[in-house]
Amino acid sequence: MRETIGYLFMFIGVVFDAIGCIGLIRLPDLYNRLQASLKCVAMGTSFILLGTMIIAGFSPVGAKAFLCLLFVLIISPTTEHALARASYIAGVKMWEKSTVDRLKEDNVARERIRVE
Amino acid sequence: MKRLVLALLSFIVWILLIWPFTAYGIDWQGIIIGIFSSIIVGILFGDAFTDSPHRFFEIRRYLWLIYFIFVFVWSFLEASFDFAYRVLHPSLPIKPGIIKVKTKLKKRAGIAMLANSIGFAPGAVTVEVVGDTLYIHMACLKYQDTDEATAYVVRRFERILERIFE
Repeated sequence: MRETIGYLFMFIGVVFDAIGCIGLIRLPDLYNRLQASLKCVAMGTSFILLGTMIIAGFSPVGAKAFLCLLFVLIISPTTEHALARASYIAGVKMWEKSTVDRLKEDNVARERIRVE
Repeated sequence: MKRLVLALLSFIVWILLIWPFTAYGIDWQGIIIGIFSSIIVGILFGDAFTDSPHRFFEIRRYLWLIYFIFVFVWSFLEASFDFAYRVLHPSLPIKPGIIKVKTKLKKRAGIAMLANSIGFAPGAVTVEVVGDTLYIHMACLKYQDTDEATAYVVRRFERILERIFE
């Protein structure tokens, strides 16, 4: 019974990973792709790790899976932010149908480059 | 004080990593090594750690942290399902743009945690942080105005993070 529930969680995780990959192909520009890949893939990975935790129970493997889950939840938005910021400063263009760009209006990125 | 807190934290991570509670009793070797190495870590890197360690001993903050974890997980699920819907929809209903929001948080740890949580809010990612202003890229804009966007994206995390970090 516990194994079945664990495998169910892993299945949901793999489905979300696959949706993240589809998003990576379908979406138009870097920022949207970044979001699709990181959100869906973080969700998929956490579900796979949850499934591992359920199957392994209170054992060394389960504790390590829990630790990995924590690190994924802390590190993946940080990576998302770092990549988005770096590519904005490097001048990666947004999709032409984007509505507003307040950062460009405030001209913060360029100021920062000049300072640093 | 700083060093003690850091040593305790690294000891907890160590325990989770090696998990000494086997079926044959407790693995004392691993625990003793963990105590020594976490003391060394605490002495060496205590200076680079938080500047107000007494906050780690207030239980009220941990209760708010538990509530925050629930809010965070809910927002995380919402974000993933929202994005899965947008990706799988044939006409790709996205309307991206970078908006500006303001936060009331002062502590750097709080702002970092807020930026991290926004990374898991539905269709949002923090692009740049300048002082108390966060520039957020949203995949589906609902509000372009700063105040409305702040109320929509930031408030739900901010009012809890205020009580944890400030």
